[in-house]
Amino acid sequence: MAEFNIMQDKLSNAQIAWRAAQDIEDGSYVNLGIGFPEMIAKFQPEGRDMTYHTENGVLGFGQAPKEGEEDWDLINAGKKPITLKPGAAFFHHADSFAMVRGGHLDLAVLGAYQVAQNGDLANWRVGTKGVPAVGGAMDLVHGAKRVAVVTDHVTKEGSPKLVERCTFPLTGVGCVTQIYTSLAVIDIKGGRFILREKVPGLSMDVLQAVTGATLHIEGDVADLIVPEELA
Amino acid sequence: MDKALPTVADAVADIPDGATVMIGGFGGSGAPIELIHALIDRFRATGSPAAITIINNNAGNGYCGIAAMIKAGMVRKMICSFPRSSNAEAFNEKYLAGEIELDLIPQGTLAERIRAAGAGIPAFYTPTSFGTELAEGKPTEEFDGKMYVRERWLKADFALIKGQDGDRTGNLTYRMAGRNFNPLMAMAAAKTIAQVSVLGVPGSIDPQAVITPGIFVDAIVEVAEPQQEEVLVRTGVVY
Repeated sequence: MAEFNIMQDKLSNAQIAWRAAQDIEDGSYVNLGIGFPEMIAKFQPEGRDMTYHTENGVLGFGQAPKEGEEDWDLINAGKKPITLKPGAAFFHHADSFAMVRGGHLDLAVLGAYQVAQNGDLANWRVGTKGVPAVGGAMDLVHGAKRVAVVTDHVTKEGSPKLVERCTFPLTGVGCVTQIYTSLAVIDIKGGRFILREKVPGLSMDVLQAVTGATLHIEGDVADLIVPEELA
Repeated sequence: MDKALPTVADAVADIPDGATVMIGGFGGSGAPIELIHALIDRFRATGSPAAITIINNNAGNGYCGIAAMIKAGMVRKMICSFPRSSNAEAFNEKYLAGEIELDLIPQGTLAERIRAAGAGIPAFYTPTSFGTELAEGKPTEEFDGKMYVRERWLKADFALIKGQDGDRTGNLTYRMAGRNFNPLMAMAAAKTIAQVSVLGVPGSIDPQAVITPGIFVDAIVEVAEPQQEEVLVRTGVVY
């Protein structure tokens, strides 16, 4: 068997999204962040019912409408057109963020520039140049029962995105509880990264070398198995 | 009590230079485009109102609505959460040239500060932004083992909002996700001006369907077929 190549043999975004979707329980209220996390909805497991929340005041939205059938008063937080599922509801922005901060969502999934071992998240800004924009990112990291991150394990340049301390501006302090990466599934507990799954063929040493903080092991580390057709 | 006005020009006639104006909408949904354009018309004709502070979730898109106000040079400051859009050139140019101020506020905090102003609550504590650069200089306090940031209410002189059905007493409904910030802003401004697609007599809206009670609305004007910002942006309309 050829040696594992981090950049070639890592999971695709679709595979990461599929893996994250498997952990969402039936009956959950879920907010999927704009961009990559939105892909998780495509992989909702058969037989499980999930209600999606979007910050601009919609619960229970479905897929995008067909082209030409958009209604521009019916959009998500990414300003993309959506459709409604039976049982959907509209509400104003203060109620929408009460659902977020008030602990009513079961899960929020976000993207990341960096996640620290203590659960700090940096995902809104990389430097001080340009026009800053925060949106709902700083609100979404507070209140959901689980706050998960989906991300590549390393940056395009190959440096770790899972770190001891974030160096980019923080979105929230100690907020992330789980990370689904292109190489592993990791829990954050007691200020430490706990490795739960890693992709088959990847050695502990190589995984640790591309992770910016110590990976701890509690019990078994399972193989991270995803559908190959999503590669 | 009849709060109806004949035209959008009448509705925005007394907004002065230097006013702080809340504008409803999230992106284009629920954005009162005709009221905004009436304000631009007045500025072009008379040079007033100038030096406006706008409170909105975004900072305009393309070359219509809030982006057109910025382009026209009548905006001194934006208070918003996300000044990025498919085409944010109008804001970006002025911001990077140092010609417009930006007060960046997390979206949920922005909504709650506006709600608090309307509810007579001068300050509140939120977990949002604790430990980040957006909380710098703000008082913090621990409650039940968790840290929170103190935020103040956010008021305005005027609110321009968009409803679906309205009656002459100012009762309002909203269309789908066009609700967003509109009901909150209606409560938080000294004077709230609403445009609605359908303006009826008192009793034309089922009291159980009213979202914003008329007490929060000072003036109401009918715009029967309102434009959608997203459509204007996509068709390249320059106002």
